[in-house]
Amino acid sequence: MPRFKRYLILCLLPLLLGCSEEPPGGWYGHDITGVMPDLEFNLVDHRGKAVTAEDYRGKIKLMFFGYTSCQHVCPVALSKLAAATRELGDQADQVEILFVAVDPKRDKKVLDEYVTNFTPDLVGLTGTQEQLKAVAKRYRVAFSYEKPRDNGFYIVNHSGAVFAFGPQGKTRLLIDDQSKTANITADLRRLIEQSSI
Amino acid sequence: MTLPPLLEQSVAFLLPYDFSPTVLLVCAGAALLYHRGWRRTRGGWGQALLFWLGLLGMYVVLQTQFDYYAQHSFFMHRLQHLVLHHVAPFLIAVSAPAAILGAGLPDRIHRHVVAPLRRNRLLGHLYAAIQEPLVAGAIFVGLIYFWLIPSVHFYAMLSVPLYNTMNWGMAIEGLLFWWMIFNLRAPGASDMRHYGYRLLVLFLVMFPQIALGAYIALSNHDLFGIYAACGRILPITPLIDQAIGGLLTWVPAAMMSVVGGLVLVYRWKRQSQQVEQPLSPTLGCAR
Repeated sequence: MPRFKRYLILCLLPLLLGCSEEPPGGWYGHDITGVMPDLEFNLVDHRGKAVTAEDYRGKIKLMFFGYTSCQHVCPVALSKLAAATRELGDQADQVEILFVAVDPKRDKKVLDEYVTNFTPDLVGLTGTQEQLKAVAKRYRVAFSYEKPRDNGFYIVNHSGAVFAFGPQGKTRLLIDDQSKTANITADLRRLIEQSSI
Repeated sequence: MTLPPLLEQSVAFLLPYDFSPTVLLVCAGAALLYHRGWRRTRGGWGQALLFWLGLLGMYVVLQTQFDYYAQHSFFMHRLQHLVLHHVAPFLIAVSAPAAILGAGLPDRIHRHVVAPLRRNRLLGHLYAAIQEPLVAGAIFVGLIYFWLIPSVHFYAMLSVPLYNTMNWGMAIEGLLFWWMIFNLRAPGASDMRHYGYRLLVLFLVMFPQIALGAYIALSNHDLFGIYAACGRILPITPLIDQAIGGLLTWVPAAMMSVVGGLVLVYRWKRQSQQVEQPLSPTLGCAR
């Protein structure tokens, strides 16, 4: 009987190992390498300078679509990304967070202030409707404006996902808004490791 | 010159969200062939109406802003597939367009393309295999299930090539299935035997669709996270979006089996009357 027990434990051991924190495939986010086209856009940054994806070459990029008047989802998501990047310590400067503001009517005036108040590492991007729609279409995300309330405030429906790009602009991961900060940091570490090869 | 806003909006809606030259060419080609063939054979108005409605339906769900909504709302996606896989191919197949399309084809293409393809035994066997009613029914249901596996659905909505494969697959497979239902006539076999068999398959494909649709509609958590990740454009909650999508997979999809069954029963009756009165001229199926 003890022998049987030993065999049983031996047989169950792989199952126990399988329960460890490490996710399948090694990524916490969804691996979308090769699924979507490389990073490309023509937008204006929060300082008013026209920029393209080329300006951010060499760094891991996290791209998130939102708007400055967003009260819950965007601040939470952005602070999570900022925290996950800070956790990288001296590697933090290898990551750039791109916040694509899709409500230019309200965003344009306040984007600089919003971004600077948030965290100095954040890049705010916006543009004309055509420019924003082009980026959204490229990454198959959507945004739309709801009817204004009596006080003029209106909600913008937007995507919740964060797209991670490699240093050369290759699409790498889709991180959904439920992800834990520690898991985002772990994924960023792996992306940085793989980019130095 | 500016257009009135309503007209401008309608024009904007009719423009493709993601222009596909392939869809345009295939639809325009089919339209041209049908038009030519219909004039040559003096086809009926009723069958032409069914064919044009089906073709238009496919074009609209693929090459207008409808597609934008289908990419960003689960229930609009289900509506798109309902048209692509059930309604439009149903209308096209029930209109029995084979003879008309054939008549629209230039003789040279008939001789050099269609005839060799027909003689190809491998293709013939393959076609016969997938048109075997039970097999066709299994593929019909299998494809619906396959693209609704959450992880498969996730990548299908992100990757353009995969998305196009999904939609093309649905349209082609839908045509094959409904073609089998309305036009199949196995060589040498009497048509009579097949009516019952086809009715049975129509009946059998209903249940897996009802089960899947009910499972999705009644699910109390978001099964397809991709729509939240990529942005829902219609102001409805994820669960309502999912419930409507599930209902569309459940009720109208299964109803198409009932409508198809009625058509078959009507044709069956008509044919048995013709068998009883063999002198009356045979109308009916194209092939």
